[in-house]
This record gives sequence, structure tokens and C-alpha cells, in this order.
Amino acid sequence: MTAIARMRTGWSRANRRGDLSAAALALAPAIVLFALFNIYPLLYSGYLSVMEWDGFSPDKEYVGLGNYKALYESAMFRNALTVTFTYTVGTTLLGVAFSLLVAVLLNSGIRGQNIYRLVYFLPVVTSTVAAAVVWRYLMNPGSGYADVLLRDLGLTPPSPSWLRNPDWALRIVILVGVWKRLGFNIVIYLAGLQNIPKEYYEAATVDGAGSWDRFRRITVPLIAPITLLLVIMSIIDSFLIFDVVYVMTDGGPVGTTEVVGLLLYRQAFRYFNLGTASAMGWVIFAIVFAITLIQWKFFGAREAGL
Amino acid sequence: MSAVTARLEHGPGALLRRVPWSKLLIHLVLLSGAFVMVVPFLWMVTLSLKPLELTNQPPYLFPSTFEFANYSRAWDAAPFARYYLNSIVMTGGIVVGQVIFSSLAAYAFARLHFPGRDVLFMLFLGTMMVPFHVILIPSYLIVDRLGWIDSYTALIVPRMVSAFGIFLLRQYYQGIPRELDEAAMIDGASRLGIWWRIIVPLSGPGLATLGIFAFMFAWNDFLWPLVVTNDPDMRTVQLGLAMFQGRYGTQWTLLMAGTVTATLPTLLVFLLSQRWFIQSVAQSGLKG
Repeated sequence: MTAIARMRTGWSRANRRGDLSAAALALAPAIVLFALFNIYPLLYSGYLSVMEWDGFSPDKEYVGLGNYKALYESAMFRNALTVTFTYTVGTTLLGVAFSLLVAVLLNSGIRGQNIYRLVYFLPVVTSTVAAAVVWRYLMNPGSGYADVLLRDLGLTPPSPSWLRNPDWALRIVILVGVWKRLGFNIVIYLAGLQNIPKEYYEAATVDGAGSWDRFRRITVPLIAPITLLLVIMSIIDSFLIFDVVYVMTDGGPVGTTEVVGLLLYRQAFRYFNLGTASAMGWVIFAIVFAITLIQWKFFGAREAGL
Repeated sequence: MSAVTARLEHGPGALLRRVPWSKLLIHLVLLSGAFVMVVPFLWMVTLSLKPLELTNQPPYLFPSTFEFANYSRAWDAAPFARYYLNSIVMTGGIVVGQVIFSSLAAYAFARLHFPGRDVLFMLFLGTMMVPFHVILIPSYLIVDRLGWIDSYTALIVPRMVSAFGIFLLRQYYQGIPRELDEAAMIDGASRLGIWWRIIVPLSGPGLATLGIFAFMFAWNDFLWPLVVTNDPDMRTVQLGLAMFQGRYGTQWTLLMAGTVTATLPTLLVFLLSQRWFIQSVAQSGLKG
């Protein structure tokens, strides 16, 4: 055993040089692509964020932290951050709560678990653009399904209609976000629930615990690491929302759905304020990074690799 | 006869008690959730099959008319065939690139010894934390400088490698016994020969998982194609759909036919691979 191990280390040491050249070849495409389209752009956007530049003129003007300061003072950017936070919190809380409910019910040994799981997962693989288009028309004033359903139930839809209503537009966008994400959360929760030993529940039942007690005292604490994972994944994804608002509301009405992703896109590609837009990107990065650090703190850097 | 009387003697209460109410309640909750999940799909398909003049007529959720001509009309109104071609080329390029390049890189990280390996791996993983929004503008500027705007190169090349793919396959490769490599090396195989003859043939499920994830990502992607294409001939299906909505927004039946068309490929791939796909998602979550 030890002889073989020694042989093996000797063998691999003698082959290190072969390893190096093979590694250089195998990693070359990945390194070139990462350097050119990840690392360099990241540094370059840091540089742009302290410059004022329209993307065309040959000169960039150094403005220091001016762009960041302008963002800090900009009511539009603050509004975008508030909208994005609201969307993120709404989507994350509702998405996690509903998916836990559905996963627990699916895990209760009822029939058709696979069919339900399939149906709940469908929105996850649907393109956000297609989903946004359909939801936009579901919410169409008068003839959209939402209005038809409400009328059938004898209720009056809000006026102005959903996506034109400053109180409702963001709620609808959150609803679409939850709808799109629920299946993903459910699948991960279900896998976690199936890992909880049945004996815990049996023991608790013997001790006279009702189903609510079992849920509260066994399921919730044991599933907590998965909940944390899903919360953080959801926060990061939601913070970067773009497609849905671009298609459904374009930020309206009166900026109530104007998320930072949309504002950044507009600043960069419609108004050509590349410095301001880059600074926005870095603020988003800082926020997402802070959230990732929390994830690391809870999971340890190694397991949090994803 | 006697069974009936026996049941009657116990009264309706006994019968009611035998109905599993809690199960019914659970199904009721799950079904109402499932209803919300599928309403958009039903509505989309039903509308796409309605004659234009009946657009606003109930019933809404199940097709009662089958106007398949809407699909050909939508394809005439906008160059969906061209969008499809663009999406297929882009998706194909990204999937092939990610599978090959991630596999090569993962092999180096899982099997080869070289200085700085772990630092480089952490650096690659670290790029996953960088939000796309931050690198969007410089990436656009680079692609513009290279003269790639409105080309497949711009749509494909920057996304041909993924840190997630490298991470996924590295895990997978670490599960393949090293004895196989060593035996092949004694037989005179080179390092890349081992990758090609031993690792790749043994990692079918891992490569397929990455391939499907890459496919879903690429087919549904929106922001990057939006930024690097201006020419209508270079639009992908998702872009085409968003633009179509802008122009034909009032012609719901056509718009929904276009939406069904845009959604179909990912839904089909998902339905064909669903058990296994869902399992991969569940595992990736538990590992993460």
C-alpha cells in the first residue's frame, strides 16, 4: 500500500512538467476568454466609473468619485434602488414561503408528486421575455384574463388598470418574479426535505406533537441552511432583474418599476453616460458582493462555491 | 345487502370520516397553485389559436377554435425563421463552446498539477460573483472595438466558457477513478489523450447536464443580444419577440403565436429530459 503510494507520488512528481504544458493547453481558451470578457471588463468599468465619457469622443475626463457622488444625490437612482429592494424583498419572501408550503405538501406522501413538480417547474424553463409578454396581456385592461376573472367573481379591477397603476405595477412584476422562480425553489426544498430522517417525525408524533408543531420544530430548523441558500440566490438574481420590466412596463408608470438594471441600461445605451452607468454597475456589485459575503459567513467559503 | 344496512346503521358520519379530508385539502391547495402556474400557458396557446375577430370572446382558457393560420401569419409578419436561425446558431455555438472549453479546463483543475492551480480556480469561481451589469458596458466596448457588432462572433464567443460549467465538471471528474488515467498513461497516452479517451467518454451525464443548462441559458438570454445587435437580421428569437410586441402589440393572436414559437424549444427539451433535469437542479442546489 505505502509502496504503491510512494511509487505514485514519485511518478506524478516526474510528470509535473508534462502536466504543466498540458494544463497550459487545456486552460488556454478559458483563460483567454475570462481575461478578455470578465477580468478586463471588470477593471475597465472601475476605470470608467471615475471618468466622464460619452463613448464617442476621444477624450475621457477624470472626475474622481464625482459619478458616485452624483448617484448618491440622484433622486432617480435612489428611486431605482428602492424599487429594486422592494422587488427583491417581495420576490424572495413570497417565493421562499410559498415554495416551502408547496414542497412540504408535496412531501406529505400524496399522489401525483411528479406531475405537480413538473407543472410548478414549467415557468422556470420559460424565457423571461415570453413570460413577460404573456403576463402583460393577462393583465391587459378589460379583456385580459385577470379582469375577466374578477368580473366573473363580481369584483372590480383597479383603475387605472394593473400595469398602468402606480400601486399595482410593481406588485404584478413581483408576482411574475415569484411565478417564475417558485418551481426552482420547490425542487431544491423537496430534495432537502427528503433528506430529513422520517424517525424524527415519528418520534415527535409519539410524543404527541401535532402537524404544525412538527413543521415548526423539526422541518423549519432542519431545512434552515437550504432556506438561507435559496434566500441568497433569490436576492442576487432578483437584484439583477431586467428582462421582465423591459418588456412589461419599461419602468413605468411614473418610475414605479424602474429597477437599477433598467436605469443602467438606459444611462449607457440611450443617454451614453458611460461613467455614470459604470458607477451604477459598481454600486450593484458592492451590494451583491456584500450579500455573497453573508453567504460565505454562513456556509464557509468552500461550500459556498456556487 | 347486509353491508348496505350496516353502513346505514353507522350513519353518514362514518362515511364522511372515511374520506381522507386532509389529503383532499392538500390537493385543493396544490391544484390552485398549479392553476396559477399554467394559466399563462393555457391563455397563450388558446389566444394563439383564435381567429382575430374573436380575440375578445370568452372562453379564455381552453382553445375552442384552431386557427393555425395565425402561426404562418406571425411568421410572415416578422422574420421569425431568421430569428430562429440566429438563435440556433448562437445557442449551438455557446453549448458546444461551454461543453468543450469547460471540460478541458475542468480536466486541468481536477487532474493536472501545476503552480497556482488553486488560486486560478478560485479566481475563475470568483467571476461568478461579478454581476453581468458591471461588465456589460466594457464588454460591449471590447466587442465594438473588435468589429464584432451584429455578428455571431459577438453573440457566441464571450459566452463560450462558464465558471459554473468548470465547477460542475471538476466535481464530476474528481469522481472518476485515477487508476484509469494511470493505466492509460502507462500505455503511452498523453495528458490530452487521456482527457479525450478516458475522461470525456466517462462523463456523458455531466457533459449533458452542462449542455442542457447552457442551452436553457442561451436560448432564453436577452440583455447581451439586445446590446450587441442592431441589425434586424441578427436578432434572436427573444429579441424578435420583444420587438414584435412593440410593433404588433395590438394583434394578440399573432403575438401569442410568436410567443408559443419562442417558448417551444426550451419547453420541449425540458419535457423530454424533465426527471433527470429536475434531479440535476436539486443536486446542484444541495451541493451549493
